[in-house]
Amino acid sequence: MSAYKTKGSVKERAELALNDDFLRKAVKFTTERLRIGKMNAAEQHGNWEEWRERGRQIRLHTIAHLDYYLNLFVENARANGVHVHFAPTGAEAVRIALAVAQSKAAKTVVKSKSMVTEELHLNHALQDIGVEAIETDLGEYIIQLAGETPSHIIIPAIHKNRYQIAELLSKEAGEALEADTTILAGFVRKKLREKFLEADIGMTGCNFAIAETGSMVLFENEGNARMVTTVPKTQITLMGMERIIPSWTDLEVMATLLPRSATGQKLTVYMSGITGPRRTEDADGPEEMHIIIVDNGRSNQLGDPEFQELLNCIRCGACLNACPVYRHIGGHAYGGTYSGPIGAVLTPALQKNVAEWDDIANASSLCGACYEACPVKIPLHDMLVYLRRRKVEAGHGKALETIGMRGFGTVAGQPGIMGAAVKLGQLGQRLVVRDGGIRLKVGPLKGWNKYRVAPTLAKRSFRQQWEALKRETANTGQTMDPVVKARMEAILKERAKGGGGRHG
Amino acid sequence: MKVSLFITCLSDVIYPRVGEAMVRLLARYGVKLEFPRAQTCCGQPAYNSGYWDEARKTARTILDAFDESDFVVSPSGSCTYMIHHYPELFKDEPVYLEKSNRLQEKTYEFTQFLVQVLDVKDLGAKFPRKVTYHPSCHGSRLLGVKDEPLELLQHVEGLEFVPLPFAQDCCGFGGTFAVKMADISGAMVTEKVDHILETEAEVLVGLDMACLMNIAGNLRFRNEPVRVMHLAELLYEGVKEA
Ligand code: SF4
Repeated sequence: MSAYKTKGSVKERAELALNDDFLRKAVKFTTERLRIGKMNAAEQHGNWEEWRERGRQIRLHTIAHLDYYLNLFVENARANGVHVHFAPTGAEAVRIALAVAQSKAAKTVVKSKSMVTEELHLNHALQDIGVEAIETDLGEYIIQLAGETPSHIIIPAIHKNRYQIAELLSKEAGEALEADTTILAGFVRKKLREKFLEADIGMTGCNFAIAETGSMVLFENEGNARMVTTVPKTQITLMGMERIIPSWTDLEVMATLLPRSATGQKLTVYMSGITGPRRTEDADGPEEMHIIIVDNGRSNQLGDPEFQELLNCIRCGACLNACPVYRHIGGHAYGGTYSGPIGAVLTPALQKNVAEWDDIANASSLCGACYEACPVKIPLHDMLVYLRRRKVEAGHGKALETIGMRGFGTVAGQPGIMGAAVKLGQLGQRLVVRDGGIRLKVGPLKGWNKYRVAPTLAKRSFRQQWEALKRETANTGQTMDPVVKARMEAILKERAKGGGGRHG
Repeated sequence: MKVSLFITCLSDVIYPRVGEAMVRLLARYGVKLEFPRAQTCCGQPAYNSGYWDEARKTARTILDAFDESDFVVSPSGSCTYMIHHYPELFKDEPVYLEKSNRLQEKTYEFTQFLVQVLDVKDLGAKFPRKVTYHPSCHGSRLLGVKDEPLELLQHVEGLEFVPLPFAQDCCGFGGTFAVKMADISGAMVTEKVDHILETEAEVLVGLDMACLMNIAGNLRFRNEPVRVMHLAELLYEGVKEA
């Protein structure tokens, strides 16, 4: 397993990552390429904000009526000949998948990329009953060889550079492979070709499930998902229960938003819509098809006004690529299957232990880059604050911080006390100020001054200077331009009518 | 017409020169700022850390202090945006909810007030230096102050503007984040300062003293002589020089 797995606190895991130059360079390199690609794609689209809002509306509507659309999807998929299963928990989903594998006496399963199967640790479960599971997405294949978990929703091996990958694949090949992308991909392609042909089961995730026809849609670039869904006799698809969209018309919006947000592509190389198993007139496709719809904590979010929008996520990874914290610490530091801003909120939300879960919600400066990047406008930066608040409300705040914040409330809640505290600070700091700055590394200044010199309190605060300043500026004799005055009066009038509140 | 200054804690106790620049600049347009002394902190540190009861306590001082004001002007996009959270904080207290909605309407970040209300873009300032600009996250992304500072800078005579690479990236401040996750925050501010140094600017200008304090602290730590200023200070120095 990776050195950066779920052990320890987020701080300890981040520490490991911050000291790993390879990781930091690799993550920075790729996230930068992706986010710039995304920004360009959005700009070229020309009408991005409007489509983003359309995407959000589709997701809001679907999730608000999830029971209806899920039922419709299940009905239609069954009519197409799909075996549909519903798994309330992760354990149940695993049990169903294993039962299908056993009923086929499967020896090998080829998989296309699926974060849900990562969430369920399905590969391990298959291995435990003697079934070999082979990842066929290049990044996932690399991660599997390394015995690690994905550190990014769409680029699982983002934390590895070309040379590290060449080393891994060379070991597998039994010969030294050059660190050249074409050579490395060529080796994997040849290797996987055999696996596709001998596999008993093809296993996939699902990008979107279309309620009106009971179809499932996959986006990919390597063609491996097409192999997985056409060659083996049996297909098992695992999907989160929120993957639904109502119609193919809605897919047009999603197909516009997803690839652009994920990689900056206008479209992925392959987009496959699959409606049931192979029919007699079809040239290929599985004879038997199963769809396992997974809840595993998702329905906890339904009806929760602060977190329901989490279910709108289309797993594009744009928030990871935009996040400055992710850029520095990578995905494993987040400690869950999903990383980055979405992972920081989704992991505790899925586990329904918002209050107890780590302090991953604190690993954010709340800069809002995730929200700005998100194609369906999920307010992740607000949700991070809600997580922190729920933790405090549940009494899981850190003791020292709680004392500090109570003190803050008392001091800043009363202007008189605040003024006195400032005076005290102005006197006290004389002991530690050198050369107009504070370099002391104690208490809360310890972390700050490891990277900075702290400023000093002003000799006289603004409050202390105000009376003099007021006297001085009172006599400038400058009067207000009548046009400006009229504008300000008009704003006041607008406001009184209940308008005019919008500015900025 | 009562126009009040919402000084914000940092400008009050560490950077009073920013408040002074605002008062003197606005006086040139006949705006006599008032300073309600009952104001303290907007409550953001407590709000962001999840201590909403404490946030409400300090938010009340702000709501009461500015109850009578017609316009409120502040030197921080972040503290201005904090007021947009007040309706959520006071959703169960009708009196303060009403005050919250009104305060949100009347509060402007400094450059918003200059450009949108006073319609001033050219202050007649002169500042013959190489300058770069860091747009703080809350002000630019959440409050939407994007064009105003650039327009103001464009009109400063002699100023050579150099765009900051990856300008929109957070500087790593994030309030208590800088203390709680010191090493991540440290990595972020280091990267930000690397980008600033790349521009070879003599002056870094911004609209939020919290972010600027963070960046200035790292510059000083690395003995880099880049001068860090709030835009109000730059403009005030510029009009004195002109
Ligand atoms: S939260 Fe938004 S940006 Fe992040 S993965 Fe989901 S859809 Fe994409």
